[in-house]
Amino acid sequence: MQKYVCDICGYVYDPEVGDPDNDIAPGTSFDDLPDDWTCPICGADKDSFSPEA
Amino acid sequence: MKPVEIKKDVFWIGAVDWNRRNFHGYSLSHKGTTYNNFLIKDEKVTLIDTVSEEFWGTLQCNIAQVLGKDAKIDYFVINHLEPDHAGCLAKAVEKYQPEKIYTSPMGQKAMMAHFHYENWPVEVVPTGTEISLGARTLHFIEARMLHWPDSMLTYCPEDKILYTNDAFGQNWATSERFADEVDRYPLEQRMQEYYANIVLPYSPVVEKLLCSLGDMGLDIDMICPDHGLLFRGKEDCQWVVDKYCEYAAQKPKNKAVIFYDTMWHSTEKMAEAVATGLADEGVSVRIMSLKANHHSDVMSEVVDAAAVIAGSPTHNNGILPLVSNMLTYMKGLRPQNKIGSAIGSFGWSGECVKILSTALSDMGMEMIDPVKVKHVPTHDTMQQCYEQGKAIAAAIKAKIG
Repeated sequence: MQKYVCDICGYVYDPEVGDPDNDIAPGTSFDDLPDDWTCPICGADKDSFSPEA
Repeated sequence: MKPVEIKKDVFWIGAVDWNRRNFHGYSLSHKGTTYNNFLIKDEKVTLIDTVSEEFWGTLQCNIAQVLGKDAKIDYFVINHLEPDHAGCLAKAVEKYQPEKIYTSPMGQKAMMAHFHYENWPVEVVPTGTEISLGARTLHFIEARMLHWPDSMLTYCPEDKILYTNDAFGQNWATSERFADEVDRYPLEQRMQEYYANIVLPYSPVVEKLLCSLGDMGLDIDMICPDHGLLFRGKEDCQWVVDKYCEYAAQKPKNKAVIFYDTMWHSTEKMAEAVATGLADEGVSVRIMSLKANHHSDVMSEVVDAAAVIAGSPTHNNGILPLVSNMLTYMKGLRPQNKIGSAIGSFGWSGECVKILSTALSDMGMEMIDPVKVKHVPTHDTMQQCYEQGKAIAAAIKAKIG
């Protein structure tokens, strides 16, 4: 599945890992993240993420 | 203060701000602060960071003391663009006409957004880049979100110095320059206050970057933050890195903080009863009226506490503004591993404890049932508060083991 990078801080959202600290289960695609999900490092919203090249 | 040669041909040329109390507009610096920056005399004379703009005169004077009045500076290294460090950048570029200005990839963007410059000789130095100054090299390590996207560390292997900008800083105006010249306990307090109010939300970055400094194989004999005292000798460098790893882990101590505001002293009395319940179970307690304590001082106590109890009466179906302010401030700092609870009195409707509990629960706290009292506490309701304190103490014991 496609990984996404935070344009602000460089955090990479990896769907295979999810975001366990914020109750996002492994296997959750970036598109399926809730709209109010934010970058666990810098707090930026989903709009600040780009697909990883 | 005059320049201090901290290693051969490496000079501290910063400014001591003895009167600073309001730090960045949101936090307190009871003991003032310093803006540290550094000048390296090598084939390429290099300035690392600047100082806050009001100390532009001091900066020029310090440079002149080291290099003479016709000072020429070849390179600037800008580790972070916040105005307490890059405040003199535009003036310094104009005066010293550097050949190169080195900064991180995000630093370049921030530099443009701050100074709207044209034709500055900016060169982006991502992690892994090294430049030669002659006898020395400088290596750059991006430190995004420690604590801004542009933050960068600079390492000089020949001097064994790591320049860390805001990381490891403390707000403390002193005539001494090194950590081993001051009393350790107040130093530790200043470090913890700084961490609690500035670095805390970026603890995952601290763990990933600073706790792994050893793995990077850097030989470090001096750590130079941009605020406060510098650390020299391997023992002190390790000490400060270990402290940061400890802070970042956010392991709670046997301690609780009750912060509150009160209209007619009911919530205040409740706070006292909760505190007695906690103290009777051997928990160290801080009772902090928000009228008497600034939010950053409360945060300095919250950072290593296991439990946070928020208190407010119900006011116009909401909570009092100082408590609201505190909760907003605390939320932004993202404290982890805490137990939360709420207390409050009310006159006709009693939304206070629900609002407080929701706010703390949204920060991920493990919640203990709140206590709500109509008008003025009685012996019975004071007893309920006391029992709540004991229940919180039991949860703290279970948590810290």
